[in-house]
Amino acid sequence: MAYVIEGETGKWEVVCGLEVHAQVVSQAKLFSGSSTAFGAEPNTQVSLVDAAMPGMLPVINAYCIEQAVRTGLGLKAKINLFSVFDRKNYFYADLPQGYQISQLYHPIVGEGAVTIDLPDGTSKDIGIERLHMEQDAGKSMHDQDPRRSFIDLNRSGVCLMEIVGKPDIRSPEEAGLYLRKLRSIFRYLGTCDGNMEEGSMRADVNVSVRKVGEQGYRTRAELKNLNSVRFVMQAIEVEANRQVDLYESGGTVVQETRLFDSARGETRPMRRKEFAHDYRYFPDPDLLPVELTQEYVEKIRCGLPELPDEKKERFIAEFGLTPYDAGVLVASKRASEYFETVARGRDPKQAASWITTTLYAVLNDKGLEIDQSPVSAENLGRLLDLIADGTISNRLAKDVFFLMVDTGKDPAAIVEEKGMRQVSDTGAIEKIIDDLIAGNAKQVEQFRAGNEKVKGWFVGQIMRATQGKANPAVVNELLVTKLKG
Amino acid sequence: MTTDLTRMTIAEAAAGLGRGDFSALELTEAHIAAIEKARALNCFITETPDIARERARASDGRRAKGETRGPLDGIPIAVKDLFCTEGVLTTAASHILDGFKPPYESTVSAKLRDAGAVMLGKANLDQFAMGSSNTTSHYGPVKNPWRGSAGKDLVPGGSSGGSAAAVAARIVMGATGTDTGGSIRQPAAFCGIAGIKPTYGRCSRWGIVAFASSLDQAGPMARTVRDCALMLTPMCGHDPRDSTSAPIETPDFAAAPGGSVKGLKIGIPAEYRMDGMSGEIAALWEQGAQWLREAGAEIVEVSLPHTRYALATYYIIAPAEASSNLARYDGVRYGLRVPGESLDEMYENTRGQGFGAEVRRRILIGTYVLSAGYYDAYYKKAQRVRALIARDFEKAFEAVDALLTPTAPTPAFGIGEKSDDPITMYLNDVFTVPTSLAGLPGLSVPAGLGAQGLPLGLQVIGRPFDEETVLRVGEVLEQAAGFSALPEFVTEG
Repeated sequence: MAYVIEGETGKWEVVCGLEVHAQVVSQAKLFSGSSTAFGAEPNTQVSLVDAAMPGMLPVINAYCIEQAVRTGLGLKAKINLFSVFDRKNYFYADLPQGYQISQLYHPIVGEGAVTIDLPDGTSKDIGIERLHMEQDAGKSMHDQDPRRSFIDLNRSGVCLMEIVGKPDIRSPEEAGLYLRKLRSIFRYLGTCDGNMEEGSMRADVNVSVRKVGEQGYRTRAELKNLNSVRFVMQAIEVEANRQVDLYESGGTVVQETRLFDSARGETRPMRRKEFAHDYRYFPDPDLLPVELTQEYVEKIRCGLPELPDEKKERFIAEFGLTPYDAGVLVASKRASEYFETVARGRDPKQAASWITTTLYAVLNDKGLEIDQSPVSAENLGRLLDLIADGTISNRLAKDVFFLMVDTGKDPAAIVEEKGMRQVSDTGAIEKIIDDLIAGNAKQVEQFRAGNEKVKGWFVGQIMRATQGKANPAVVNELLVTKLKG
Repeated sequence: MTTDLTRMTIAEAAAGLGRGDFSALELTEAHIAAIEKARALNCFITETPDIARERARASDGRRAKGETRGPLDGIPIAVKDLFCTEGVLTTAASHILDGFKPPYESTVSAKLRDAGAVMLGKANLDQFAMGSSNTTSHYGPVKNPWRGSAGKDLVPGGSSGGSAAAVAARIVMGATGTDTGGSIRQPAAFCGIAGIKPTYGRCSRWGIVAFASSLDQAGPMARTVRDCALMLTPMCGHDPRDSTSAPIETPDFAAAPGGSVKGLKIGIPAEYRMDGMSGEIAALWEQGAQWLREAGAEIVEVSLPHTRYALATYYIIAPAEASSNLARYDGVRYGLRVPGESLDEMYENTRGQGFGAEVRRRILIGTYVLSAGYYDAYYKKAQRVRALIARDFEKAFEAVDALLTPTAPTPAFGIGEKSDDPITMYLNDVFTVPTSLAGLPGLSVPAGLGAQGLPLGLQVIGRPFDEETVLRVGEVLEQAAGFSALPEFVTEG
């Protein structure tokens, strides 16, 4: 299954490490009381601190610290009880202070790991190097006016977590799985909403290649600011192939920052000026070091929700789900909750199957998330109850389900309204069978001569006669008895 | 009558206001008139007589209703133009803050305002508080009201030079200063007044234009130690908007002076007897020790072995922090903007023209010491030395209750002197910088006149958050010195 690029000189593998910027879910910014809400009018969520007015000072938002610790715990990482905010100095028009407050020397979270489930059923740990907190910059808009640039400082000072991954990723697919898993963990924890299209999660990807079997790493290129899982995967593929071609044509990869152009399907170097900074990091003298107690960390640990890995294990153990189904269901916290609502007191495998196949097909088709599902978990549960108590057949249940999708109604109401109740009345079914046997002597002969397939034809006829409402089990039993004579 | 009203101490004026001898408005008018006559000294960047009259009237109104807010209610003061004042031009004495009127009031100036103090104007200073002579101001140098026997125009010291000169010239009763490496104490010494830099963390830095965040501290400047204590109490207090402000109770500092120093141990740091100290300053220092001995204190020699590294350490840390703190003055949002063809060119034009030479020099030094490859050798090492300097003091304070040193190695010098040699200029702060690096309280007390008829100051240094002992020792020195000389500007005009 390994991802290999077949070059002219042999097989190559790709080595990737991701740096993910995740915007922390908090009411207020990291160092000021301004709101963090997305989509407000430009420059309406800017405090004196965010605008770096003279004499203004940052004050740490304790909730952001808590969110970072929570995330660190979710990444099974070491929480550093002592961390320090540093200033990263550079000039840009959307960076009012002239420095970004970040954590270089003493990040709040140390090493951890994220487990990804590969399609072949195995799983793999992707190492986390560190997680540090920092402020976001404002937004520059260069396309509003031919001569001027506009600045929106709403985002200035919003709290980000930068999660630096180890170079453990070996394929675009693993990168995609890693990002999705991170996003899932964030959402379970409620520490980042993970909405890449709104920019609340962005990734920089370090890519290098090496011959299969080669030790050590070759020079890497950094692909900046990728804002979708798809782009990350495409960018890695494109960049890895570029590097292979370069090596094979006698060139060398230079360490540089590159941009991925998704429209052209290529990466190209950023202008040196755009990144050649000496950031002159030093501890921010306006802030005290962040000193946490073990009790504080434990308190947060105790309040952690069940995370996807644990939930998956539980779904397998408690509900007897396959690892695959369990993995699919826990990928989204809401899906797992939906599942549990449906499965509780019912057949969990049946519940899983309905959700992962029938419901997901509908949601995909309509482009909806599970919490926007037209069929509520409660109603899907009731539908399964109707199957279980024999009110409707599995096949009829599908019809009922699609009516539920269209109307959002309770399945029992639909069954009543449409007269879809299953016919289990043996007398009624027997009469239909008797009529069929009497009128179709040729088919009866074929069955008795050993052609079992003819049975299916009879079932079809019975179902047609009952508009699909005949109980298949009853039909089967009666039909065989009667056909055999 | 006018003369009398400007010659009083704050304590005397408060008593006079209390007795109804005069109104706050009369007191304010007397000082406004004095300021108008003293414009040659260039103490103010912005005079605010209308605000002063309004506040004075409000003070009188409160007093009439029996709602006076304490000893500062109705007292005319100057506010160093490093404190942001709501709706009032705030410049840091720099061209780069042209036209900047903050929509907010610094915590310290707000607390003084709320205590009833009447702001007469924004005092001149060295640009961004960088200097020891008040000659780096974009608004021109301040003249010391003392001219001495040579009759020259002298510097008032810096960076709080406008504040010190205004207090000494009797055109305000007190002033706020800020002290990063000696900017309250050295000008206080040069102008013959008292000034205290409290412990780092006592006063909120919120709303004070930052120079070096880990060193900047606000403090009062006044004509007596008691007046400093009266001003200091309302200036202090924990401010949740400044993470470095200490969550610690503020004592009533006004109760500290007047106490006895009997039995106190006062340390004389051996390392402060350095080459180049003038004989008269060495003599004054010995005299100060003798006064304290006579008052019942025990004088003990102590060692602060890392003193000689203090100045070098300071001139790495302070510029490093400044280079970053001043990055926000970029022409984008407020103050001066000098256009350019590109964003970078706009930065270069704005910052090149907006900052004065000394500010540019310190930004360059600071940028250099933080640069990749130099950080460990300069900034990191300086931080380690800073810790050693602080430990020197800690050790000394195991044996003594306070330290006595000169405030500055020389009396005030002529305007323009030392300006071509930054190192000589930086040496002015040799006795004050170690205290700043250690974050300790330091008070300068006028203790006598030198041979040229110029005031000389003694510095009392205390344990962290022990301003009370510092003030107590300071007042004993003040009493013993009986310093009553008036600057030539006051006696001769």
